[in-house]
Amino acid sequence: MSSSTSNTSTHHTSTIGAIGAPSRRNTELALLVFAVLIPVFAYANVGLAIDDQVPSGLLSYGLGLGLLAGVAHLVVRKFAPYADPLMLPLATLLNGLGLVAIWRLDQSKLLQQIGQAGGKATNQLIYTAMGIALFAVVLVFLKDHRVLQRYTYISMVGALVLLLLPLVPGLGANITYGAKIWIQVGSFTIQPGEFAKIVLAVFFAGYLMVKRDALALASRRFMGLYLPRGRDLGPIIVVWMISILILVFETDLGTSLLFFGMFIIMLYVATERTSWIVFGLLMSAAGAVGVASFEPHVQTRVQAWLDPMREYTLSRNGSNDGIVHSEQAMQALWAFGSGGTLGTGWGQGHSELIRFAANSDFILATFGEELGLAGLMAILLIYGLIVERGVRTALAARDPFGKLLAIGLSGAFALQVFVVAGGVMGLIPLTGMTMPFLAYGGSSVIANWALIGILIRISDTARRPAPAPAPSPDAEMTQVVRPS
Amino acid sequence: MNKPLRRIAIFCGLLVLALLIRDNWLQYVKADSLREDPDNRRVLIARYATPRGDIIVDGKAITGHAETTSGDFKYKRTYKDGAMWAPVTGFVSQAYGATQLESIEDGILTGTDDRLFFRNTLDMLTGKPKEGGNVVTTLSAAAQKAAYDGLKKQGGKGAVAAIEPSTGKILALASYPSYDPSTIAGGSDADAEAWKKLDKKNNPDDPSLNRALREVYPPGSTFKVVTAAAALENGLYKSADEQTDSPLPWTMPGTTTQLKNEGNIPCKNATLRVALQYSCNTVFGKIGSQLGNDKMLEEAKKFGFTEEQFTPVRSSASVFSDDMAPSEVALSSIGQFNTAATPLQMAMVASAVANNGTLMKPYMVDSLQAPNVDTLEKTEPEKLSEPLSPENAQILQSMMETVVEKGTGTTAQIDGVTVGGKTGTAQHGENNSKNPYAWFISYAKVGDSAPVAVAVVVQDDKAVRENISGSGLAAPIAKSVMEAVIDSKK
Repeated sequence: MSSSTSNTSTHHTSTIGAIGAPSRRNTELALLVFAVLIPVFAYANVGLAIDDQVPSGLLSYGLGLGLLAGVAHLVVRKFAPYADPLMLPLATLLNGLGLVAIWRLDQSKLLQQIGQAGGKATNQLIYTAMGIALFAVVLVFLKDHRVLQRYTYISMVGALVLLLLPLVPGLGANITYGAKIWIQVGSFTIQPGEFAKIVLAVFFAGYLMVKRDALALASRRFMGLYLPRGRDLGPIIVVWMISILILVFETDLGTSLLFFGMFIIMLYVATERTSWIVFGLLMSAAGAVGVASFEPHVQTRVQAWLDPMREYTLSRNGSNDGIVHSEQAMQALWAFGSGGTLGTGWGQGHSELIRFAANSDFILATFGEELGLAGLMAILLIYGLIVERGVRTALAARDPFGKLLAIGLSGAFALQVFVVAGGVMGLIPLTGMTMPFLAYGGSSVIANWALIGILIRISDTARRPAPAPAPSPDAEMTQVVRPS
Repeated sequence: MNKPLRRIAIFCGLLVLALLIRDNWLQYVKADSLREDPDNRRVLIARYATPRGDIIVDGKAITGHAETTSGDFKYKRTYKDGAMWAPVTGFVSQAYGATQLESIEDGILTGTDDRLFFRNTLDMLTGKPKEGGNVVTTLSAAAQKAAYDGLKKQGGKGAVAAIEPSTGKILALASYPSYDPSTIAGGSDADAEAWKKLDKKNNPDDPSLNRALREVYPPGSTFKVVTAAAALENGLYKSADEQTDSPLPWTMPGTTTQLKNEGNIPCKNATLRVALQYSCNTVFGKIGSQLGNDKMLEEAKKFGFTEEQFTPVRSSASVFSDDMAPSEVALSSIGQFNTAATPLQMAMVASAVANNGTLMKPYMVDSLQAPNVDTLEKTEPEKLSEPLSPENAQILQSMMETVVEKGTGTTAQIDGVTVGGKTGTAQHGENNSKNPYAWFISYAKVGDSAPVAVAVVVQDDKAVRENISGSGLAAPIAKSVMEAVIDSKK
C-alpha cells in the first residue's frame, strides 16, 4: 500500500492496482469483429471452392457466430469489465475456424459414406452456443474465483467420479478404437475427462495452497534433492496412481499425461522446488515404461509413431496379430505434406482420407493441408497466445489460489495442445485427445469455454483496480492547510 | 510464486516452439516427398481429376472419359469397341493402374508431361482446367475391325498383326479372346469383379493377354520364308527355279530320324519355289542344317528375332536358339523345336520381303498432340535392318506369290491384287498332342507398292484336328485384313 507522502506535494504515489489497468473492453470488441469476420470469409471461401457459389447459409452462420460472440462480449463487459481483452476473441476465432473446417468436411462424400459427416457443423454450432452459455454462467455466478477454494475436496471427489464414469458398466460407450473415455446418456455421448480437467485444477489449486509450505519446507535433503515427508507425499502418489490407472483401464494415454503434467506444474509453482519436477518426471517415466511393457494398445501407439508407414501397410493389408491397426497417422502426414507452405486453399484438400477422426482428433491435418504451413503456424500461435494470456493472468493474480488455478488451467491447455498437435504431426505418439475449440465434439467445446470463463474471471480480479486507499488524515490536512 | 511461473511460461513457449519446428519439418522440408509419395492417394486423385486425353485412330478417338458418381476420382476412362482395341490401348484403371500405350504415354494423356509444362502454366494463370494431350496412332480402323471380326468369327484363340511394309506403321494389332478395358476402368465393386474374371487363374482363356505382341508361338512352316531368305542371302541357291539337292526321304544329320513331309508331295530335288509352294520340310530342313546354326541365327536376327521390339509397347522377343545340333537346326529351320515367334515378328518377316528386303522398325504411335492438337512429337519411319538384298527379296516375293497363286495359300487370293504368302501349321504340345497352331503370313501388292503385310495365328482347340491348316483358318482372316487396307486406300 502507498505510504502517505512526507512532503506536502499534491501528488500521491499509489499501488499499480489503485491506478488500475484500463478495462480494454473496446479493444476486445474490435478484436471480436475480426474473430467473427475471418471465419465468415473462410466459410464463403469453402463454398466457392467446393460448389462455385457463396454458401446459402453464410448469413445465418455469420449472424449465429456474431450473436454468440456479441453475447459473450456483453457478459464480459457487464460482469468482468477488467478481464483480459484477448482471450475471448482468440477463443472465438479458433471456434469459428473450427466450425468452418467441420462444415468443409461435412461436404465430403467420402465422410458422408461412412456416416462421419453431414450436419456436424450445425451440431457444433449448438455445442458452441451451449459452451458460450456455460461461459456466461461462470461469469455471472462466479463473482470471485476464490469461492471455488471452498470446494477443494468436493472437487477431488467430483473429478474422480468424472474420470471413473466411463468404466461404469452400461454407461461407458465404446465409440472408437482404443480409449474408453466416453459415456453415453441417451443419444448423447460425453467425454467426462474434458470436464474433469477443470474440476481437478480446482482441487489441486485448493489443496496445494493449503499444503504448499509443508511441501516446500518440511523435507529432508537427500542426494542434493529435497525429499518431502511421507504424509505430504501421499496425495501426490495417489494422483500418480490414478493417472496410471486411467491409462491402464481407459487406455487413455493423453488424459493421464495431461493430468499428471498439470499436477507437476502446479506443484512446482506452489512449492518453488525443482526437486518436485525431477520427482514427477521420474514417477511418470516409471509409470509409462511400466504400462507400456504390458499394455498392447500403448505399444501399438508407440510403434505407429516410430513407423507410421508400416502401420499404414498393416492396416491396408491386414495383419493377424489381433491388434487394430490404423492408417490415420500416415494419412495425416500426407495431408500435412500435401499442404506444403501455402496450402491447397479451403475446400481443396483431401484430408477426408483420414476417415472417421478427420473432424475430431485429426482436424489439425485439415488446417495443415488447406491453409499450409503459414496457416497452421498462425493457428499454433493463437494457441500460444491463449496460453500466454493465461500465464500472464497467473502472474498478475494477487492470491495464491488464483495464481495456481490460472497456471493449472493454462498449463493443462498448453499440454493438451502440445499432446494433440504433436501426436497428429507425428512429433510424439498419438493419444486421442482433441484440439480445443477446433475439433468436433460437444464436451470439448463446452468444457473449454468454461475454462476460458474461469481464466477471464481470474484476470478480471487480477486487473481490477484495488479499492482506493482510505483517505489519509495527513493528506486531508495538507489539502486543507495549503502552504504559501 | 512468480519465479516458477515465469519458468512455466518458458516451458509452454518451448512446447509451442517444438510444434512450430515440427510443422516446418513436415510442411516445408518433407513436403515434397510426402506430397509425391505414390502411396499418397492425392497423387491418384489429381491424376483422375481432369479428363484424360484420347487415343486416336483414323482421326477419331477410340477412347473417352466419363464422370464417376462415387468415390473421390472424378473421371474414368471409357473405350469405344474396347475389346477390339485392347491390344493397342492397354487399359487405365482407377484401381489397377495402367498398361501398354495408356501407361507409356501417360504423361501426355494426363497432361503432366514436361513438354506440356508451358501450356499448363499458362492454363493455370488463366484459370483453365488442365487437359490431357492425345496420342495419334498409325492404326487403320478398317484393318483392325477386319482382323478382330475374323478372329472372333473363327472362335478359338488367335492374333493378327499387320504392318505397312514401306514405313513400319502398325495397321492392325488384334488379339482374341479379348476384354473390354472399360469394365475395369473404375474403382467400384463391379470393376473389381471384372478384374477378378480377367485373372488367368480364374479364366483359362486369359483375355487380357496381348497375343499379338506378348505371346510367342512356334511359327511352323511360315518360318521357311526366313530359311529361304537365308539360303538366298548366303548364296546357297541363286534363283527360285534352280533345282535343290534334296533327297527324299532325308535323314537328319547325326540321327537316324527321317524328316517327314505332310503328305506325298513332290519335294525330291524340288526348286525353292516348288518347295515353298508345297511346304517341303525336307528341303528347308536340309537347307537349315547345311547353312548351320550361326548363319540361320544371323538371318533370323536380321528379321528381328531374339530381341524385344518397342512399338513403343514392348513385344516379347522371338526365339531362334544358338548352340544347336545339326538335326535341331533342321527342325528349327522349319519353325519347330525351339523356334517361336510373336505374330508381330512374323508380320515383320512378310513386310521385309514385301519391302524389297528392307525391314522398317514397326511403330504404332504416329504423333503426340498437345490438348490444342499442336503436334509435340512425330515418329519418323526408321530402318531396322536389311535382311535381304533387293534382288533376293524379289526372288522370294515371286516364290511367296506362287504359294498363293497355286500352292497352299490359295484361300488368300484377292482379285486384281498380287498377294504373296506362306501357310504354317505348327505342332504344339508334348509329342504334338495338342491341336496345332494355324499360321498365315502374307503381303499384298498394288502396282509396285505393298501397302500391307500381315501375320495371323489361330489356335482352335475345338476344331477337328484334320481341318486345321493355315490355309483354312488363318488365310481368310489375312485376306480380309489386306482387303480392308487396300479398300481404305482407294
